[in-house]
Amino acid sequence: MAVISEGLDRRGVGWRRLAAIVADSRDLLGWLFMLPAAALLLVFLLYPLGLGLWLGLTNATLGEPGEFIGFGNFVTLFSDDVYWLSVFNTILYTVVASAAKFMLGLWLAILLNQHMPFKAFIRAIVLLPWIVPTVLSAIAFWWLYDSQFSIISWALRHLGLIKTNIDFLGNPLNARISVIIANVWRGIPFVAISLLAGLQTIPSSLYEAAVLDGATAWQKFRFITLPMLTPIIAVVMTFSVLFTFTDFQLIYVLTRGGPINATHLMATLAFQRAIPGGQLGQGAALASSMIPFLVASVMFSYFGLQRRKWQQGGRD
Amino acid sequence: MASVGIRSVKKQFGSVQIIHGVDIDIEDGEFVVLVGPSGCGKSTLLRMIAGLEQISGGEISIGGTTVNNLPPKERDIAMVFQNYALYPHMTVHDNMAFSMKLRNAARSEIDARVEQASDILGLKPYLDRYPRQLSGGQRQRVAMGRAIVRDPQVFLFDEPLSNLDAKLRVQMRTEIKALHQRLKTTSIYVTHDQVEAMTMADRIVVMHDGIVEQIGSPLELYDHPANLFVAGFIGSPAMNFIPGVLRRADGRAWVESDGDVRLPLPPLGGGRDGQKVTYGVRPEHLTLDDGGVAAVVSVVEPTGADTFVYADIGGVPICATFDERHEFSPGRPINLSPRLDAVHLFDTGTGAKINRAD
Repeated sequence: MAVISEGLDRRGVGWRRLAAIVADSRDLLGWLFMLPAAALLLVFLLYPLGLGLWLGLTNATLGEPGEFIGFGNFVTLFSDDVYWLSVFNTILYTVVASAAKFMLGLWLAILLNQHMPFKAFIRAIVLLPWIVPTVLSAIAFWWLYDSQFSIISWALRHLGLIKTNIDFLGNPLNARISVIIANVWRGIPFVAISLLAGLQTIPSSLYEAAVLDGATAWQKFRFITLPMLTPIIAVVMTFSVLFTFTDFQLIYVLTRGGPINATHLMATLAFQRAIPGGQLGQGAALASSMIPFLVASVMFSYFGLQRRKWQQGGRD
Repeated sequence: MASVGIRSVKKQFGSVQIIHGVDIDIEDGEFVVLVGPSGCGKSTLLRMIAGLEQISGGEISIGGTTVNNLPPKERDIAMVFQNYALYPHMTVHDNMAFSMKLRNAARSEIDARVEQASDILGLKPYLDRYPRQLSGGQRQRVAMGRAIVRDPQVFLFDEPLSNLDAKLRVQMRTEIKALHQRLKTTSIYVTHDQVEAMTMADRIVVMHDGIVEQIGSPLELYDHPANLFVAGFIGSPAMNFIPGVLRRADGRAWVESDGDVRLPLPPLGGGRDGQKVTYGVRPEHLTLDDGGVAAVVSVVEPTGADTFVYADIGGVPICATFDERHEFSPGRPINLSPRLDAVHLFDTGTGAKINRAD
């Protein structure tokens, strides 16, 4: 008995010593605390990403694990006009929609930053498009854009502005404009509310000082608001660009990429090739080919719009 | 440089009136300090002069021109804010140059003016730094530099020293005063700190609850406060107030206070027997005197130069300061005698001063 309990004691001491070592070492403890988060990232982000990249290098189809074929899928894609059309569409969609979201969002944020009655209520309402699930709002837009029952066409017809219904989603140009408008509508609240938060961190005394210095409303915007807002703009627009570039739901509900692939984005095309088309490998390769664009846009905002010198405490 | 006229100026926010008709005449080149407790309307008045707040009634003029409806930039004033309001994304140089840049001044002129201002304020080594890289005192200087560069008619200061530590505050106080003596620009300075007001002002305006209580030079206010509020507000440690009843008999006057205390008075020109009064005397005007009023020492605070003695007269706590050294110990009875020509008597109800017979 005595021997066993002595052994247990020794083991207890060992554990305690180990715990003491871990507790004393800041590094070790830090790693220990990061472990759960790291595990989550590994399992739910890194593994699927790796799997996707790997799939892109195989000729897997639905039901067939496939074999490693190197960059075969990419070679096929790069000689595929539909692929290049989807790249063009995605860039067009992202650039136009992001620019519109930025300008309208900033404008809305500045309006919401003014003193007005029911301020909190109006701010809450502005958030609505962001709160509604994308698919629901997409379906609502689908009705708005319906070739027969569109309320927009109906209203314009009754106002005598048009004779026949507008073919919102049947004509390539109209379809592109329509999906971009739907995306902008949905994305504005995020931009507006984030920028509003940024606007509220600008002390009012800066504007007062600028007024005394003789600044006009435009000069206040140009020399105070805009530079003070750049850090927030960088973050908000990076996210906005990422969301827009990877958009899937809106397009899938509204046009499924049509007409004649005019609104096919890389995400929708990847899905179409992989799941309905069964070409898992090619779909995965298509999705992987979005990575360089995404990295580039993150780099752009990181280097182009990163924290300014004036925000840092130390000397430059 | 210019004079500033403030005539029956009123301000209300909604239904709340916070300034009830204020008249102040500020002469060209004068350094005037608006002082009062928080909420007395002094900052609002300054902001009305700047044009940052609408004027609800009355008239403000700068250099003889009514400015009620002029936008801030046409009033030719510069303001130093409590939080400095430096543009964080601009260097010291650009902060100071901003107003001239907006007016499309020539680059050489801007540089010359910034150079000159930074020379005056010792900011030369920091021109390329951002506000965040400066200490509080340096930021304060940049804020003043921004005002100097403008070369305005009037400088407005809104509690500019309240964000600095005590030592720096004293130092900047002297610097601002020296700067004013050098530039001689009309300055209006708002503070809640009466010591700042006393040390810096040519004239002090004491405000309270949206009205002007008294206007005068620092020593005028100190020696001849017009009412109970000014008497209590100006001076540190504050004037002692002992409530009591005025007694007049046989051509003599005195104040009876709680605990059968009889406080001596000089010959009075006003007041009636039985009037409720407040007897005021500054700590340094009390002297040890065997024939004086009985008091009991409670706390002794030697500061080196002076000794502050806190004592009780008939249950009322008072303070006396002595620049000569005496032996005091808590609990010991002493006798204090006020300097009669420095005694102030106020009506307790109205706070108005009861005049001495001169």
